[in-house]
Amino acid sequence: MKPKILILKAAGTNCDAETALAFHLLEACPIRAHINKFFSGRDSMLRYDILVLPGGFSYGDDVAAGKILANQLRSFREFGEFVDSGRPVLGICNGFQVLVKTGVLPESPSKRQTATLTFNDSGKFECRWVKLKTNRSSPCLFTKGLPEFIELPIAHGEGKFVAESDQVLENLRVAGGVALQYEGFNPNGSVESIAGITNSRGNCLGLMPHPERFLTPWHHPSRKQDPVGLEFFRNALEYVK
Amino acid sequence: MEDIPTVKLRGLTGPQLEALSRKRVWSLKPHELLAIRNYFKKQRRDPTGAEMETLAQTWSEHCKHKTFTSPIVYREGKKRRRIKNLLAETIMKATREVKTSLCLSVFKDNAGVIAFDKDWALAYKVETHNHPCAIEPYGGAQTGVGGVIRDILGAGRGAKPILNTDVFCFASPDLNQNLPEGVLHPRRILKSVVAGVRDYGNRMGIPTAGGALWFDPGYVYNPLVFCGSLGLLPRKAVEKKVCVGDRIVAVGGRTGRDGIHGATFSSEALDVSSDVSAVQIGHAIAQKKMLDVLLQARDGGFYRSVTDCGAGGFSSAIGELAASCGARVYLEKALLKYEGLKPWEIWLSESQERMVLAVPSEKVRKILDLFSSEDVEAVVLGEFTSTGRLEVFYAGQPIVNLEMKFLHHGLPRKEQSATWSPPKKSNKPQSLGSKLQARVRLYQNLSDWNTCSREWIIRQYDHEVQGATLVKPLQGQDGPGDACVLWPLGAMLSQESRVKNRESEARDSQLTTRNSQLSYRGIAVAHGINPEYGKKDPAAMAEACVDEALRNLVCVGADLDQSALLDNFCWGDTSDPRQMGYLVRAALGCYRAAKIFKVPFISGKDSLNNVYQDSLGNRHSIPGTLLISAVGIVPDVRRALTMNFKGPGNSVYLVGETKMLAVPRVQVSARDVMRALSHAIQGGWVLSCHDLSEGGLAVTLSEMAFAGGYGVEIHLKDENMLFSEDLTRFLVEVSPEKEEKFARAMKGCVFSRLGVTLATPVVRVRGAGGDCILEEPLADLKAAWQKPFMNLMEPKKQSYEAQNSYS
Repeated sequence: MKPKILILKAAGTNCDAETALAFHLLEACPIRAHINKFFSGRDSMLRYDILVLPGGFSYGDDVAAGKILANQLRSFREFGEFVDSGRPVLGICNGFQVLVKTGVLPESPSKRQTATLTFNDSGKFECRWVKLKTNRSSPCLFTKGLPEFIELPIAHGEGKFVAESDQVLENLRVAGGVALQYEGFNPNGSVESIAGITNSRGNCLGLMPHPERFLTPWHHPSRKQDPVGLEFFRNALEYVK
Repeated sequence: MEDIPTVKLRGLTGPQLEALSRKRVWSLKPHELLAIRNYFKKQRRDPTGAEMETLAQTWSEHCKHKTFTSPIVYREGKKRRRIKNLLAETIMKATREVKTSLCLSVFKDNAGVIAFDKDWALAYKVETHNHPCAIEPYGGAQTGVGGVIRDILGAGRGAKPILNTDVFCFASPDLNQNLPEGVLHPRRILKSVVAGVRDYGNRMGIPTAGGALWFDPGYVYNPLVFCGSLGLLPRKAVEKKVCVGDRIVAVGGRTGRDGIHGATFSSEALDVSSDVSAVQIGHAIAQKKMLDVLLQARDGGFYRSVTDCGAGGFSSAIGELAASCGARVYLEKALLKYEGLKPWEIWLSESQERMVLAVPSEKVRKILDLFSSEDVEAVVLGEFTSTGRLEVFYAGQPIVNLEMKFLHHGLPRKEQSATWSPPKKSNKPQSLGSKLQARVRLYQNLSDWNTCSREWIIRQYDHEVQGATLVKPLQGQDGPGDACVLWPLGAMLSQESRVKNRESEARDSQLTTRNSQLSYRGIAVAHGINPEYGKKDPAAMAEACVDEALRNLVCVGADLDQSALLDNFCWGDTSDPRQMGYLVRAALGCYRAAKIFKVPFISGKDSLNNVYQDSLGNRHSIPGTLLISAVGIVPDVRRALTMNFKGPGNSVYLVGETKMLAVPRVQVSARDVMRALSHAIQGGWVLSCHDLSEGGLAVTLSEMAFAGGYGVEIHLKDENMLFSEDLTRFLVEVSPEKEEKFARAMKGCVFSRLGVTLATPVVRVRGAGGDCILEEPLADLKAAWQKPFMNLMEPKKQSYEAQNSYS
């Protein structure tokens, strides 16, 4: 059985093609579908094995980054069921912002929003490659087997992770929820250099860096490193196999 | 319903016509007004207001490029030459004579189209948005980007934009002088324009990964903003046509009162009274939504032709599409932002994010459903007819009824005069002076606004979205790349499964099942601009710009024989014969350079009358400015190069001849040098390559060294070589084991080994006698190069983060 992969689109989604390419390079065939298709009942999210919320500026990031799409998804039953079913859910950049603003990440018993991603300390949009440290004791299924230190590009204006309270951070730490941290240089001022977080089951990852922009050795600035970005997608495919 | 107003034109004299034209912002010239009056005399009626507006927009300099296509009498010393059509006799002539199978559609569609591979084509267009950016820089920049993206969406049957480029010409941002009322400070313009490009491009999900900046006090009243966009489309979608009976479908944003008279406004001089309401308002997400559905509709075969609503709005878009048949339009059907628009305002409005399609009647239902499925509004406005007339109605009343023939071919031509007198100064080499001067001059050059790091700008643009940017604008440790390289595989995937046809499915599955045979073909894009040379000789400027743009392509691994050029002329007051002479001379330079390199021009645009009239009535023209944009195919992206030194112990070669001319010209051997180097790079015998441009060898050497983090030591026979700006020259790093192959590839060209890269972080230059004439630590050189923008924009910062150290 070939896995069914859904790359969810909304107005302003713009990293869907390269995310699709990542799966294509792994010989999987993802579907890029507009969210209206699910709201209108023409398709069902629960038909899919993997859900990706790609990067972009959903609804122009009006109100706050990812906020409007998050509100739509929070009240959409199928989305909640998909997350709870334990199937892989990956939110990249704007997708991460959406996952945080739906309250899916960080995980909380009340399912309410307990953290946010806000404006970079530098006050401006920044596009650059960063070094990251992976958490090898995290339950995250996407980062399994990755080297301890990796590099990926970031491109965002609102990527500073801030939690509502120390308790939220403590819960994250205990559950191995901090899957990725900026190593050395922190490009946005995130608390504890947090770059990506997962839930306790490890099926749901949100991260600011863009793994779909590192699919071949030539994507890396040095043009000769193993394409670690591809591994995130390979792990998801392995998991549902 | 009020009566449709007419303009009592027939009874007016010349001066009365001119007064009326000024009052109504038609920007029509006296002889054009007379032609219109005489036409309507023959028609035995007066024109409606909407007809006059349609004519004024269609005949504007902005839309018709009258200066470039009308006869010119050109005098150079005692020589006198009649030019019937400058464009046809220089730029287009070069393309015709170069004869290449690369060109698929040139100088006719919304963008120039060249072949990418056997299935795909590239559409490239660069436009200016100068006047709007002078008075409302943030909004002006946004709509500049938005407008050129729509040109790409409207190229052929629609291309997917995969790259945006931006080039700005401003006065120095640290300018310290009082400015007249209404003139914005260059620093404010720079910040706002960057923000506008950033907010529109990033939201559209198109990487902004190429560009240039030029600073000159001459731009203080008239800043220049060039926006470019490159798109990818199937070769099968290059041809477009309109059939009688096809429906006119408007899609995208709604129509409002924003941007009325944009075309005529941008054809006039600016002054303190210039009206901000002539600037449109952009909304990137509206356009992104439209883009997503449009490409699905294209792949579904739901329409036959498409064009964008730019200057002149519906009037130009529909007027152009229907030029060879006719059209009937019912304006009351247009969706409006708010009520209260007069019919002519709906017809002329330049509201953004709108496109017009020609849809076969049996596909109308399908296409309307498709657009509504993603919340994009689409509406049938009318149909294409065989009448040869443009007929526009509002609630049953005719507001325009014009012959297409008169609209598109009725423009009377007027002879212009142009003069050029060569400067007296001879083309003598410059001498260097003492050792101290070399050091001072190098640091001055590195900190010059025209050379220094643009990192503050570049990092605000998402230059890697779409995941295709394999060679990035900042290279190594944030060094200045020559060009970006894209690998557009993701853009080739079909949009969505919903309207997937068999062909696109086959395309996608090819990607998944034949990974081992992936195509590694890529694209490089680069620019050339140097108005400083133009002050001495515009022909030399044109040659230098073409050379620079192509040099940059070659540096990253593009194939010169699969490259193409775009021209953008921004000029001052062309009613002045001297300015006009400069323009002719620059166009002649373009022709000569294109012929030498055998590289065709595929598209171009001009923006004239970049003049500011101050309160005393003095007219300030900009320096004549030519931007050359180049696009080239990279045969194998895995062989693409970056400019940073890759390690110690490698040989450093200078390729090309140093003649030390004050105003450099392209030599006839230039093509051979570039092709040989191109071949060496594609063969994999070069580690890094960077061109010599402003600041010459000393600057290039420093940049390659501090970008790589490796030092370098070179020996020069003549110290004066350090700062010469001769064209067609490159600095190349070659590993010892590849030197033989490199030398073989370069056989027949001028090249010499200058020295070797070092582990020690220092740039060392030894003169003829072996004595050291320059020895500077990389950190100091880099700091000098990064200082200008950092001090201005981020004064609290001590240095840029050194976290990016890649070799």
